[in-house]
Amino acid sequence: MKRREFIQQSTAATALAGIGGLGLQSFMSSETKKITILHTNDVHSHIDPFGPDDGRNANKGGVARRATLVESIRKENPNTLLLDAGDIFQGTPYFNYYGGELEFKLMSMLDYDLATIGNHDFDNGIDGLYKQLPHAKFDFVSANYDFSNTVMDTHVKPYKTFIKNGIKIGVFGLGIQLEGLVDKKMYKETVYHNPIEVAQDMSRLLKEEQSCDLVICLSHIGYHYKKSPDRVSDINLARATKDIDLIIGGHTHTFLPKPTIEKNSAGKNVLVNQVGAYGLYLGKIDFYFEPGKATKAEGASIIV
Amino acid sequence: MTSKHLLKLCLLLLIFSCQSSHISKIEGKRLNIDEKLTSNQDIENFIKPYRERVNNDLDSVISYAPETYSKSNGELNTAIGNLMADAVYSEGNPIFNKRTGNNIDFVLLNHGGIRAIISKGNITSRTAYEVMPFENSVVVVALKGKQVNDMFTYLSKAKRAHPVSSQFQLTLDKDFEISSASINGKPVDIEETYYVATNDYLYNGGDRMTFFHPNEGLYVLDYKIRNVLIDYFKKQDTLSPKRDNRFIKHNN
Repeated sequence: MKRREFIQQSTAATALAGIGGLGLQSFMSSETKKITILHTNDVHSHIDPFGPDDGRNANKGGVARRATLVESIRKENPNTLLLDAGDIFQGTPYFNYYGGELEFKLMSMLDYDLATIGNHDFDNGIDGLYKQLPHAKFDFVSANYDFSNTVMDTHVKPYKTFIKNGIKIGVFGLGIQLEGLVDKKMYKETVYHNPIEVAQDMSRLLKEEQSCDLVICLSHIGYHYKKSPDRVSDINLARATKDIDLIIGGHTHTFLPKPTIEKNSAGKNVLVNQVGAYGLYLGKIDFYFEPGKATKAEGASIIV
Repeated sequence: MTSKHLLKLCLLLLIFSCQSSHISKIEGKRLNIDEKLTSNQDIENFIKPYRERVNNDLDSVISYAPETYSKSNGELNTAIGNLMADAVYSEGNPIFNKRTGNNIDFVLLNHGGIRAIISKGNITSRTAYEVMPFENSVVVVALKGKQVNDMFTYLSKAKRAHPVSSQFQLTLDKDFEISSASINGKPVDIEETYYVATNDYLYNGGDRMTFFHPNEGLYVLDYKIRNVLIDYFKKQDTLSPKRDNRFIKHNN
């Protein structure tokens, strides 16, 4: 890495010195690129809005409204990714009647780019999840579930990369420990690995080997556990890793009014966000990119 | 420097620049999904036939709730939790009794298994789907008194309003230590066998409830908790669940 930086700097200097006023300056001057990340989590089959008489969420939510919002944001910035952090299934009779078919079909119509797998996505067993895959036009990522000995083998990748307007984005998935949470007969031979260790590997791979400009963790391990603060969670993950820019979480149904800013193991800022549950909100994080290496020591300015 | 070289350098520069973009600014916000947004009509039309079939099935009124009941209303027992545990007892015991000649001693469910509030107003089968969307079923486990004591200890440490039926009594002191515990008004006899109704999720170790193993026997009732609730609601013109003293903590 260090060597490449050196070459890059010396090359730039030589080129600039050599060509003088050839108009390269305008190329060098910052052409800002904007990447928008939209996200949901724990939608739990909430396809229709809550009714006007609901005791807590009256008139909130609804996939058809989310579609309108997503469409308008994509129109404004085509360089947008729409992600879901798991627990797509379970929570309304739509799931009990149709087994997740409608959830996947609608997410496909909304052009979701990627999702991770939550514990409730096993509620009709791993076979029930597998059965619905043909209805999903988006991919699933999970880096710490090993599906090798299950029907899901080869259908879930550890990570996926996207290139939007020349910016390379790497997204990897993390799932929660299933033992004690999901019946073994549901998840069968799915093997769970420690999310933090896996995330350390993934973030290094995406940043260094894949040269991603933006690294996102799509997590269903939970935001933070007050009663067991040492339990693996998004907050602990943010602190124990480096090179992750954004952790999109789920599982704990945490309604964050705005993203949390944590310091990673290298002292840099990481954003952790989660938008509660049931499709009541859409999370939106805009990343602005400038060409070249960061010059400010304090890193990016964050407005939340 | 020849122009050919210059071109090469420019190309190199271009490649390096693309590889090393950096984040200069991040803006994050939460957007509301509510009635201020118009619905996308294609999505609406797509959902419609699915919705109609489900609604026809679910929207007939079967009971009435005079209040809104939530699992967060109460420290160690809640009206909604008491309702669920008592419903499992009253709907499950006749089946268990008919099959085995024994009676269920009490019911234990889990707080996390209450998936929605019961809103004030009409109760339909949909309410049961909201409260209990999972496919979990009632099982009855024969447990020695010693393991019932383990369950008391678990509950004292869990400090959560895990639903129990009215035959169960557990009182904790201000330090969450057990000050009294009984089943059907009697202290637990460690040699006695108790028939405890729960759901298959907990029986299989869900919520770290390890005290269901080993046991003296398992009776699978093939009766979904959701159907228990629907059958229970149908028998009640108006619900009247109450928070009471079945599982409490003294503050002095």
